[in-house]
Amino acid sequence: MSTSAKAPLFDRHTRRKLVNYLFVAITSLATAVAVIALLLILVSLFKNGLGGMSWHIFTMDQPSPGGEGGLKNAIIGSLIMCSLGMVMAVVIGILAGTWLAEYGSGSKLAPVVRFLNDVLLSAPSILVGLFVYEMLVRPFHGFSALAGAVSLAFLATPVVTRTTEDILRLQANHLREAGMALGAGKGLVIRAIIWRASSTGLVTGALLGFARISGETAPLLFTSLGNAYTSWDLTQPIGSLPKVIFDFALSPYDDLRQVAWVGALLISITVLSANIIGRALARGSHK
Amino acid sequence: MFRNFVIAVGAVALTAGVAQADTVTGAGATFPAPVYTAWSQAYRASGGDALNYQAIGSGGGIKNIKAKTVDFGASDKPLQAGDLAAAGLVQFPTVIGGVVPIVNLPGIQSGQVKLSGPLLGDIFLGAIRSWDDPRIAKLNPGLKLPRLPITVVHRSDGSGTSFIFTSYLAQTSQPWSTKVGASDSVNWPTGLGGKGNDGVDAFVKQTVGSIGYVEYAYARKGGVSFTLVQNKAGQFPQPEAPAFAAAAAGAPWGRAPGNYVLLINQPGAKSWPISGATFILLYKNQDNAQKAANVLKFFDWAYKNGDATAAKLDYVPLPAPVKNLIRKQWLQIQAGGKPVYISK
Amino acid sequence: MTPAGETAPRITDSRGVIRAGRQDAIFQGLCFSAAMVLMLTLVGLLISLVIGGWPALSHFGLKFFVSREWNPVTDEYGAAGPIVGTLVTAVLAMAMALPLAVGIAVFLVEFCPKAIAGWVAASVELLAGIPSIVYGMWGLFVLAPWFAEHVQTPLMLALDPDSFWGKLLTGIPNGANIFTASLILALMVLPYIATVFRELLLTVPTYVREAAYGMGCTPFEVVRSIMLPYIKRSGIGAVMLGLGRALGETMAVTFIIGNSHDFPTSLFASGSTIASTIANEFAEATGDMHSSALIALGLVLFVITFAALAAARLLIGKETH
Repeated sequence: MSTSAKAPLFDRHTRRKLVNYLFVAITSLATAVAVIALLLILVSLFKNGLGGMSWHIFTMDQPSPGGEGGLKNAIIGSLIMCSLGMVMAVVIGILAGTWLAEYGSGSKLAPVVRFLNDVLLSAPSILVGLFVYEMLVRPFHGFSALAGAVSLAFLATPVVTRTTEDILRLQANHLREAGMALGAGKGLVIRAIIWRASSTGLVTGALLGFARISGETAPLLFTSLGNAYTSWDLTQPIGSLPKVIFDFALSPYDDLRQVAWVGALLISITVLSANIIGRALARGSHK
Repeated sequence: MFRNFVIAVGAVALTAGVAQADTVTGAGATFPAPVYTAWSQAYRASGGDALNYQAIGSGGGIKNIKAKTVDFGASDKPLQAGDLAAAGLVQFPTVIGGVVPIVNLPGIQSGQVKLSGPLLGDIFLGAIRSWDDPRIAKLNPGLKLPRLPITVVHRSDGSGTSFIFTSYLAQTSQPWSTKVGASDSVNWPTGLGGKGNDGVDAFVKQTVGSIGYVEYAYARKGGVSFTLVQNKAGQFPQPEAPAFAAAAAGAPWGRAPGNYVLLINQPGAKSWPISGATFILLYKNQDNAQKAANVLKFFDWAYKNGDATAAKLDYVPLPAPVKNLIRKQWLQIQAGGKPVYISK
Repeated sequence: MTPAGETAPRITDSRGVIRAGRQDAIFQGLCFSAAMVLMLTLVGLLISLVIGGWPALSHFGLKFFVSREWNPVTDEYGAAGPIVGTLVTAVLAMAMALPLAVGIAVFLVEFCPKAIAGWVAASVELLAGIPSIVYGMWGLFVLAPWFAEHVQTPLMLALDPDSFWGKLLTGIPNGANIFTASLILALMVLPYIATVFRELLLTVPTYVREAAYGMGCTPFEVVRSIMLPYIKRSGIGAVMLGLGRALGETMAVTFIIGNSHDFPTSLFASGSTIASTIANEFAEATGDMHSSALIALGLVLFVITFAALAAARLLIGKETH
């Protein structure tokens, strides 16, 4: 490419190739850093958590120091609150994200909603917990699983809204035009075409939201309180894995700390499994 | 598929079954949480109600009993009699523990270093900066302390442990009392803040030449050395259950309005000077007589049967005379003019 | 059936009612309500913060924001330390996380061998799923000692204490400081940004990329000049996710930041953030002024977030349609 008589060592062509190799090296390094960090943490998790794994974890309620026990009450509580919270978050989040992407374009309200959504996204979880305490715990004179689920929903919804809007926005317009040309109304176009085309993105949003709330402790301290026994009652305090981990990890009793590591391991495995399942489902619906 | 999932979740939500209306709920101090949970499990096993105790901090315990969101509150920091009366609460102690200074010094074992209130005050104020300071050497003749800078480690979070420790400093060190004061969370003049007893423990372990303070149960774990502290009688007792019990025995329980007793610097040759009790808060006038009776029934059971469990977990049970005093005080907790629970 | 030239095709039911139109209206209404619920939540949160924080703010006034003194015993509260700590850790964390995240997303989309791409992507996502308390514990028990031994101590011995670098990097060598807290934050924020960026990069239409390659661009040039600009506007969302997490993260930071209320005077000094201060003290705070000061801190964090997000928006450009 260079026609200079001096023929420099790095002509433009070679320079571009070198820059490219450098780029590949840098991005590979970045990925390696993340993967290594993950491996280091996972090694800690597994090393400390596997030792405490047993059937008791799933069949017995939490132990007192020196006693026998497991994480049954915490697991059930977390499952109930996370599912409820995710249902609320996904419904509101996807609908709100859809409004922002599809209907809000001309409106002056949309940038405001979008901005406020980002602000809610950054809200420290403890403040959300305090807010729900004032709304749902104090007036009713009692902590409850429902309050816990609502506080988790408040934390996950902005994540889902954000990713939904971003993904929907990126869908090419010709999809929408094709749908409308076939006679479908706007709502049907969105539901039948755009949502389906964005399904992997929507699932990612839901999974990110789930990852966000699965390990949250602070809001649950003020809403669901915690329960040493298994409870299915939504109007009573309920246990959760993060709360038990929080209590046990900082205690001076080695058997309780062991249980805390097991709990941490369980949460991480759940998030990973949810990821794998979610992706498989989304991929399946494409066929 | 999504729709089915939603229907399923809705079904669970609507049919949420077993209402555990007879579960007693309590919340508050972290310090006694292990013994309360151990007691509640044993109590349930012996046929009693389910008692759900959650550690959210003494402040949380006080706030929530005032908001009536729990059946009883627990606090390491006793409320003054005036505050109790204003809120309509009564308080009584359950177990006793101690706060122990820990150090990380090469070549030094547990129980070798001797400190006093004024010394500790100066150290935590940052007035004494090196371990080979002559003021420390004066109290430790014959002990070769290394020439290391002192790194202070305190609690970053508010806690009853800090309240007890700073109360001790405020009572024994004049400069501390004027400059800093006593509370569960203070403006520490110097040093690092670790989260929880565990955080302090970890920082002390990691930093050579550091000093911190932790609950007795943490001091017994390996890796750090505890120090001795001079008590009011001038002695240096080992920080162990007998020393905490001695502190409790000498305290003016019956004479303190609202049971406001700080086991700081109590008289007695064997007393550990930095001890404290933990308290339960209940309303004097109860709306639900049955619930209140269940709470008192539990603690009565614990007074009768829980000593061994408490000792095993490194807590010190109340002396028997104090327990009987408390039982008499329970008669003031009434619903509709009648005491809710009479101990047998 | 559909008259040519009409912009909104309609379908009527047997009674001549515009069924699709009604369905559309209901759906649109639902979406709008959801967006409003979101807004109302935030407004409610803000109102409760203002109500709760008002006693402290009205009592201390502007002094609250610039005073360095945080004393629960004398009830004197000044938020300068936590405010500075929050800003410094968030900026540092984003500075470390953003390039890494973009690099990872690009690597996964362009360079990673297809066979392992799925696994690597899953690993990055898994970083997001680790509970924050585990990050805190790992940070305190693994990262801090390692950092103290292998980074802080050698640096302390090698640098002259009065030099610029010496002053910047001074601190108690136990690994609990602003910098390590930012490191942990960066790790926590990284997967969110990387995951979303990867999804966005995957939506770049193949024909766009093919056109660029067809013109002889190297992958670097394709990424830099075509793909990143294509997703730039939506990429803001990913950055917001990360920034939000960095500003509001509580548990992990609390364990490793050293928790001193004063100004951090160097990179390796301990400090505190607003979120960690609230988390540390709210559970025990019984004094009304103390609780109110903590809630006022929360309000300050909201204001900071508002400002940071608004500034980011201005810098990157409005999201136009």
